[in-house]
Formats: sequence, structure tokens, C-alpha cells
Amino acid sequence: MIEGLIIGILEQGLIYGIMAMGVYITYTILDFPDLSVDGTFPLGIAVCFVMVNHGLSPWLALIAAFAAGCAAGMFTGLFNVKLKIRNLLCGILTMTALYSVNYGIVGKASDFLSMDTTTIFSQTEFLFGNGHMAMYSKLAVILVITLAAKFALDWYMRTKSGFLLRSVGDNEGLVVTLAKNPGTIKIIGLAIANGLVSLAGAVYCQYGRAFNVGSGTGTVVMGLAAVIIGTTVFRKVKFMRITTGVLLGMVVYKACISVALAAGLPAQNTNLMITLLFIATLVINEFVLKKRKAGVSKNA
Amino acid sequence: MCRKMLELSDIHKTFNRGTIDEKVLFSGFNLTIEDGEFVGVIGSNGSGKTTMLNIISGDVAADSGSVILDGVKMNGMKNFKRAKKIGRVFQNPSMGTCPSMTIWENMSIADNKGKTYDLSFGLNRQRKDFYRSQLELLGLGLENRLSAPAGSLSGGQRQALALIMATMIRPDLLLLDEHTAALDPKSSDTVMMLTEKIVREKNITTLMVTHNLRHAVEYGTRAVMMHEGGIIMDVSGEEKKNKSISDYLKVFNEISIECGN
Ligand SMILES: Nc1ncnc2c1ncn2[C@@H]1O[C@H](COP(=O)(O)OP(=O)(O)OP(=O)(O)O)[C@@H](O)[C@H]1O
Ligand SMILES: [Mg+2]
Repeated sequence: MIEGLIIGILEQGLIYGIMAMGVYITYTILDFPDLSVDGTFPLGIAVCFVMVNHGLSPWLALIAAFAAGCAAGMFTGLFNVKLKIRNLLCGILTMTALYSVNYGIVGKASDFLSMDTTTIFSQTEFLFGNGHMAMYSKLAVILVITLAAKFALDWYMRTKSGFLLRSVGDNEGLVVTLAKNPGTIKIIGLAIANGLVSLAGAVYCQYGRAFNVGSGTGTVVMGLAAVIIGTTVFRKVKFMRITTGVLLGMVVYKACISVALAAGLPAQNTNLMITLLFIATLVINEFVLKKRKAGVSKNA
Repeated sequence: MCRKMLELSDIHKTFNRGTIDEKVLFSGFNLTIEDGEFVGVIGSNGSGKTTMLNIISGDVAADSGSVILDGVKMNGMKNFKRAKKIGRVFQNPSMGTCPSMTIWENMSIADNKGKTYDLSFGLNRQRKDFYRSQLELLGLGLENRLSAPAGSLSGGQRQALALIMATMIRPDLLLLDEHTAALDPKSSDTVMMLTEKIVREKNITTLMVTHNLRHAVEYGTRAVMMHEGGIIMDVSGEEKKNKSISDYLKVFNEISIECGN
């Protein structure tokens, strides 16, 4: 019972962790509060749902969902860079448009995958035989995908292109003096971020085997909570990359929710709980940040 | 010798045209800078020094007139495109570096200017020793802190780093806007000496705005004084060498009297 609960927390934490890494790119690196996430997560679900429902490769479906998320993120970036719409509004526009798009892709508001649909999990069901260990097979597959995404992102951040992405959020003016167009870099960053979010949606689709057009609500808040936990609580740990912290942040977050539910919190109150948890992390964040800033000015 | 590096001709600029805040700044402003000149620009507050630099860099568009850099007309060209030929350091020390990136990362990114920012490794390992030697020349102890985030440096240290970064790939034109103004007198002199050294060694045509009269007197090959969108004094060569701070102050006082203060 406890073992199952823990496995469930880890599975969900790691899937949503991929999404949180996307939020980390926009919120922390680009300093762009991107609400498209609430639409690109279900976009990933929708794209993946239709593909595996038609018997296409479930792995191909992950790649397609990533690409679809990239395209959606590019729109958010284009709204901001080319049409000069304020960043918060850009995300809201994309999110709103995606509601219709996602509905259109699947053709109805909600649907389930039939039991005989091939998914990445059905293909790997007996990875560890059919004994007690079989309950770890899903977690193993999720772990591989999440770590692949994490290492890819870590690697990208250390490339020249990744350096530019980091500097555009840090100091846009410097990017201009380097003779690069900050707008283009912002668009690339938003594309990668939403690609990751949509990839998370695609994994979640095969995991939960369901599509619901409204399932994106609250995704960005969840992602932000994980990012803030990851960048404050786990920042203290030496030699740990922030992406690892963000993944762990999401696991912690999911654990809190699961424990609350198991302790008898009515499911309809989870959003309230999410908000409270979010405010709590923000308050902690503020407290920790202020302390750190005070420390820096002492050095200066 | 007499190749023109920068030519501003007949520049007009009015801010908030047609409103109650209308401000005519430039009406027929001209300035020509030859290749290799190191021009110090001084002038009263609001005389248009920063706006002039912004018109050159493309951050502000002039209403009319032309900006010609090294024989190429810059009008209508985006700021980041012009930046291929221009290096710039601002007054605010946090504007010249990326605070969350390390010194090494900052230097690597500046060293790649003009090339593509592709998927190859961002840190420049081959040039690490070179970077270290550059930092060593500053005498600020930065050579041992390559892995420290730039945000953890003091204003003077950051400004010195910004200057090294802006000139790492030799620009055709270097724009400095009161780049020592935010620093204490000692750091200010350190950064000014570094500026002189880099500009000399790399032979970079430089336009330096400063409020420090002493810097304008001691450094540079030419001094320009601006007032209300015009140039009221322009000296170079022997004439400049013979001018002292008090000569500049005299002109400054005259313009203040004109304004009725
Ligand atoms: N964006 C703007 N909108 C309206 N007025 C402006 C704008 N930028 C500059 N000005 C006006 O143009 C004039 C020149 O400003 P500028 O910043 O170029 O002066 P400056 O010589 O750099 O002054 P300082 O020595 O204070 O830095 C000022 O009167 C200023 O109010
Ligand atoms: Mg100024």
C-alpha cells in the first residue's frame, strides 16, 4: 500500500517534472511568466492521444507532441516579440486558442484510450518480469524519459546557443551588443520550454490513458511551485544542478498533495491546497532571497 | 590617415513632437570622427550626449539626417545589426555583463561575437589562460575568480570586465557613456587607465562621454563639448594638449551664465 503510494508519487512527480523544467526555462531563465503552459500540456495529451489511438508508434507520438509544443511556444514568442503584446497576455492568448485547438485535434471534450491501445507502458510492462518488481516498470520508463529530457536540457544550457538563452533573460541589452537579436532567442526559448511541457503531456496521456480538454488548468501553478521549491530549497545542495532540484521539487509537491488526499482532504479542495502551498513557497522564497541579497550587498 | 570612421550629418531629433512636452534636441547636428581618434565628450546635463550615442547605435532613430559608419549608411538598420561593428559600455555596471553567468562564461560569450552561437560547447577552454592573463592586467584579483558569477563582483570590477568584453573582438567603433561615473574615484581611475590601454593597443576609434573633466583633459586625442544639442567646443591635437581643466571650466561657466543661472 505504502510502496504503491510512493511509486505513484514518483511516477507523477517525474512526469510533471518534465513540465516543470519547461516552466523553469520561461520563469527563471527567460524571466517570462508564460501561461501557455496550461494549454500546451493538454496539447501534448491531445496529439499523443490521437496518434496512439490510430495505432502509431507511442514513441513517435512523444516526439510529435514535443514538436507541437515547440510550435505553440513559438506563437507565444511571436506575439510578444513581433506584435509587442505584453508577455502575460501572450501566454493567455495561446492558452485560450489551444483550448479550441486541443478540442479540434481529439474531436471531443474527453475520451479514453481502449485497453488494447499500444503505449510505451504496455510495450514495457514486463520489463522486470511479472513478479513483484513489475510494479516498478512504469516508473523505470518514466525515469528514463525524464532523465533524458533533463540531461538534454543540461547539455543545451552549456552550449553557445544555451549561453545566449541564459543571457537574454539576464541582460537583454548585452545580447544586443553581441550583435544578436534578443527577440529570436526569446522565441527559441519559449519553443523549447513549451516543447518540454507538451512532452510531459504526452507521457501523461499514455500513463493516464485519457484526454480531457480542461485538464490543463492549474498546470502552470504546479510548475511554478516545483520551480520555486527546486530553486530555493534545493539550491543549497552543492554540485546539484537546478534541473535536478526542479524535478525533486515536483516530487515533493506531488507528495504533499498525495499525503493530503490520503489524510482525507476532499478532492475538490486540492486547488485550494495547491494555492496555499504555492503561497507558502513564495513566502519562503521571498525570505530566502532577501537573506541572500543582503549577503551579496555585503560582498559588494 | 584621414579615413572617416563616423559621420553624423544634419541630424534632427525632436522628442514628443506635437505634445506639450515637445523637446527639440538636435536641429542639424554634425560630427565627423576620423579613424583612430579617441574623442572625449563633455557637456551639461540634457545636452544630448546619450541621445547622440543612441542614434549612432540605433537605439534611438533620428527624425532625419544620416549616420555613416566606416562608409556604410546605418539609417534604418536595427541596433543589433549595427552592433557587429560597435562595442559599447554603459554607465550602469550591471548592463555590461550577465550577472548570473560566471566571469569565464561572460568572457566566452563575448569572445564569440561575430560568429554563430551554435550547439558547440559554450565555455572557451582553449582561451582560458588568455582570459586569465587579461584579468591579471587589471590587478583586481579577478584572475582567480573565473568561476564566480559576474553578479557577485563590485561595480568597478564589473565595469572593467564589461570593458574587456566589449573590446574582446575589436569593434570599429567603441561607445562609452559615462562608464566610470558609478565608480569610486580609485576604481574610476583604474577603469579609465584600462580604457586608455585597450584603446591604444587595439587602436579603436572611440567616443567617450564623461562628466569627469580631468579624464577629458588627460585622455583622448580630441575633446568635444556639447550644449543644448550643439557642439560649442571642439579641440584636438596640440590645441587640446594646451588646454587645462580651468579652460574647460571657463566655457562651462559661460554657458551657465547664458542660461541665466
Ligand atoms: N526618450 C525620451 N523622451 C523624451 N525626451 C528625451 C528622451 N530621451 C532624451 N530626452 C531629452 O533629451 C535631452 C537630452 O538627453 P540626453 O540623455 O541625451 O542628455 P545627456 O547629455 O546624456 O545628459 P546627462 O549628462 O544627464 O546624461 C534631455 O532634455 C532629455 O530630457
Ligand atoms: Mg547621458
